[in-house]
This record gives sequence, structure tokens and C-alpha cells, in this order.
Amino acid sequence: MSAPGPAAFCLRLLRRQLVLAVRRPIEIGNPLLFFAMVVALFPLGLGPAPDQLAGFAPGILWIIALLSNLLTSDAVFRSDFDDGSLEQLLLSPQPLYLSVLAYIGAHWLITGLLLALVSPVFALMLNLPGEAIGSLVASLLLGTGVLSLLGCIGAALTVGLKRGGMLISLLILPLYMPVLIFGSAAVQAAVNGSPAGPYLALLGAMLSLAIALAPLAIAAGLRISVDA
Amino acid sequence: MWSFFHKLGSPPWLYGISGSILRWLLPLTLLALVTGLVWGLLFTAPDFRQGNSYRIIYIHVPAAVVALAGYYVMAIAGAINLIWKMKMADVAMKAAAPIGAALTFIALLTGAIWGKPTWGTWWVWDARITSMLILLFLYLGVVALYEAYDNKEAAGKACAVLSLVGTVNIPIIYKSVDWWYSLHQPASIKFTGESSIDPSMLYPLLLMITAFYALFTCCLLMNMRAELLQREARTNWVRKLALAGGRG
Amino acid sequence: MYFQSLDALLHMDGHGVFVWSAYLITSAVIALILVAPGRRRRRFLRQLAGEVKRQQAAAGDTRGGD
Repeated sequence: MSAPGPAAFCLRLLRRQLVLAVRRPIEIGNPLLFFAMVVALFPLGLGPAPDQLAGFAPGILWIIALLSNLLTSDAVFRSDFDDGSLEQLLLSPQPLYLSVLAYIGAHWLITGLLLALVSPVFALMLNLPGEAIGSLVASLLLGTGVLSLLGCIGAALTVGLKRGGMLISLLILPLYMPVLIFGSAAVQAAVNGSPAGPYLALLGAMLSLAIALAPLAIAAGLRISVDA
Repeated sequence: MWSFFHKLGSPPWLYGISGSILRWLLPLTLLALVTGLVWGLLFTAPDFRQGNSYRIIYIHVPAAVVALAGYYVMAIAGAINLIWKMKMADVAMKAAAPIGAALTFIALLTGAIWGKPTWGTWWVWDARITSMLILLFLYLGVVALYEAYDNKEAAGKACAVLSLVGTVNIPIIYKSVDWWYSLHQPASIKFTGESSIDPSMLYPLLLMITAFYALFTCCLLMNMRAELLQREARTNWVRKLALAGGRG
Repeated sequence: MYFQSLDALLHMDGHGVFVWSAYLITSAVIALILVAPGRRRRRFLRQLAGEVKRQQAAAGDTRGGD
């Protein structure tokens, strides 16, 4: 069998990651379950008054999405690093930029996309007005892409470390801040009845920039971690 | 030109030259710091709007300016280490991180103390303050990442990547917090903005900024010297130096 | 000199606490970052000198210190 072209290789890698994820459904379920549980914590802490909850809902939903994304990004490269297949990938002639994008794509599909799809349920639980749900889903779809890209930078830099779990949040959370600002601002704008488009456009711009640059940092980080 | 770069890669030469630079730079820095402090504290008139509390400007602004510049020094040193694999750049990067963190801490703390009598509050989620807080997190992230690696060569490269990612992000973070704050800004707090500053206040400020740059350089060189010795502990020149009691 | 008396200098029209605490904390941090690397370097050199001397003693004094 001849070596596949970069695009075909990339798709195979993506499919492999997805198959691996589907075989362990609990791994897919964990971030969603985490999302649901933290949503349940906020009314207990803030009080159940519906209008008060609705005021905080954009921020709450976005912070939980950010945290569940952060918690899962730690494991993106972990198992492939442990069994040596990451090293094989670095030695292979395929462009690392695209292979890294396949990893991130798989991570986004099983966390970001799913979170965005189930978020309307939790939005209703927090009394978010119905007209804001569209922009919530759209902002989560765009924003979690950026979060996955940034989170994978931290994952690549800490994958070789035994105790990387806490460190990755220190490294990556400061970088998440612009996404949080514009993500929750988009939802807030929709709640107030003003157009959410500008914020979504900014999130899209961040996503484009992150797609262009983050894989370079991730590839460099993976090389450093494997060499160490 | 090239021989200079070759010398720069030689630890004994760097150790020697940094020692002789420090011998005159360190006293000069201390002199400038003390002069600036005394000038700012004793010999300037109080600001007509803020009264005497504005005197904190002479440590707050220099610390903030140099903390930000220090991040770029760290990131550039990291990039040099990544691209040309220059060991001394790695030493410089590692030396810069704790100093930058300390200066950022000074800037945040004096800002909070200044804010209390001026705006009536310790903390405002303004773009500049929030960005400084994030700068502190970025510095601490670099320090923590460096400590987490056992292999110090890999640690240097990983920190270099992280500081470069931070460099791309600092303007984005600053701009986004700026927009966010202008949307949410409470009306009670007004910033005076970039009002023109009287020369009698400007000169001590410029002196202090220069002094803080010199302070950063001194600390950087001293940290680099300590780091150099530890890395070169197996070589003859360090052993001779140790036997001579550190002189030479 | 702007201030008339030491008391005025310490009090600074009510802002003295803020100004002086800011300056004191800053001085402390600066002193710390100035002193720490020197101490680290000297402690390391002392340790290394002891180590080298022990090694030379173990190797026997016939070779002499080189």
C-alpha cells in the first residue's frame, strides 16, 4: 500500500481519534455530565430567582464550557504519547501541521460541538431568554474551536510531564480570556436585543488566527515533549 | 561582529564580562534609584488633583513599563534559543522570568494602593490593570513550566514556545479587555487619561524609568551568573572559581 | 524640599499611609530580587568548593590540587 496523501492521512487520523472516542463513550459523556452538574451548582450558590439567574446565564454557560473544555484538553495527546504512536507520527513524512489539526478537530467534535448542541437545554434551565439561544449555540461553536486550539498548546507542552493536570490550567486560562469576553458578550447582546453579529465575527477572526498559528506552537511543543 | 557572537556563547567570557559590567552598573543603579526616590518623594510639588498620593507614580509606572518590556526580552531570548539553539539565550530567558514577575507584582500592588485614595477602590477591572494581572499569570506560568520539567533543555524550549504564544496574545487580551471594559464601565470612576505632565514631575519619572531598566539589567545579569555556574558545575573554570572563593 | 517638617512628610495630607506603604513594599521586593541571585551564586560556589576539596582529598594528595 502506498503512503496516503496529506489530506487522506489527515482524515484517517481524524477517523481514528473519533473511533477511539466512540469506543469509550464515558469519555465523551464526562464533559457533558460535568457541564450539567456545574449548571446545577450555580442556582444553589446564587439563589433560584429566575430573573437573576437569567442575568448571569451567559457568563455562567460560557465559563462552564471553558472549564469542561480545559479539563478534557489535558488528555488529547496523553495516550498516544504513552504508547509511542505520537513519536511515530513525528517521524512520519506527513506534515505535522495537518496531523495536529486532525487531533484538534477530533477534540472539538467530541467536546465543543456536543457542548454547543446540548447547551440550549441548560440555557433553558438557567432561564436564558429563548431569542438568545441561537447566538449561544453559534458563539459556542466558534469559541470552543479557539479553546480547543489553545488548550492543545498547553496539552502539547505538558504531555511529557507526570503532573501536568494543574499546570495546564495555569498556562492556558490567561489565553482563554478574550474568547470568554466575546463569547459571553455575544449572548448578552442577544439577550439585550442588540445584534450579536459583531461579536461572532470577532470570534471567527480569533478562530482563523488560532487555526493559522496554534498548530505551529502545538507541533513545536510536541517535538519538545517527545525529545525530552 | 561574528567573533562577538562566538564569545557570547562562551560561559566563562560571559561570566567575566557580566561581572565587570555589574561592578559599575550596580552602584550606578542604586544611586539612580535612591536619587529618583528622594527627588520624587521630597522635592516635587503634589499634583493639584490627586495631592500627595500621586507620588506612587514614581514606582508604579517604571515597574509597569519595565515589566512589559521584560516580557518581550524573555520572549525574544526564547525565540533566539529556539531558532539558533543558543544556550546563553536560554539562560537569559530563565533569568528574566522571576524578575519580570516581581516587577509586575510591584506594578499591581502599587496600583492598588494608589487606587484607594484616588478612585476610592483598591481594584478596577480596567484593561490596563487586568492585562497586568494576566501578564503576572503568564510570567508565573513560564516559571512553573520550567520547574515542572526535569530535562532543563526541553524546559527552556517549552518555555520559549509558551512565551511566544503569550507575545501573540498580549495585544489581543489587552484590546479585548479594553472593549469589554468600555461596554461595562461604571460611571462613578473616571480615568484622567494621558494628561500632559509637568516637567518638574516628568524628569524624576524619566530618571526612575531609566533606573528600573538598569535594575532589570542588573538582576538579569546576576541571575544569569548564578544560573551559568550551576549549569557549568562540571567544568574546570567553575571548579577553579569555587576553590578561589568566587573571586576571579 | 517641598515638605516643611518631618511630620508633614510622614503624614502627606492623609495620603502618607498609602505612599509610604507602596514605597516600603517596593523597596522590599527590589531588595529581594537584588540579593537573591548573589546569595544563590555564593552558596553554590561554597558547596562546589567543598565538593572539589573532598574529591581531591579522596583522590590522594599525591596528585596535588590542579
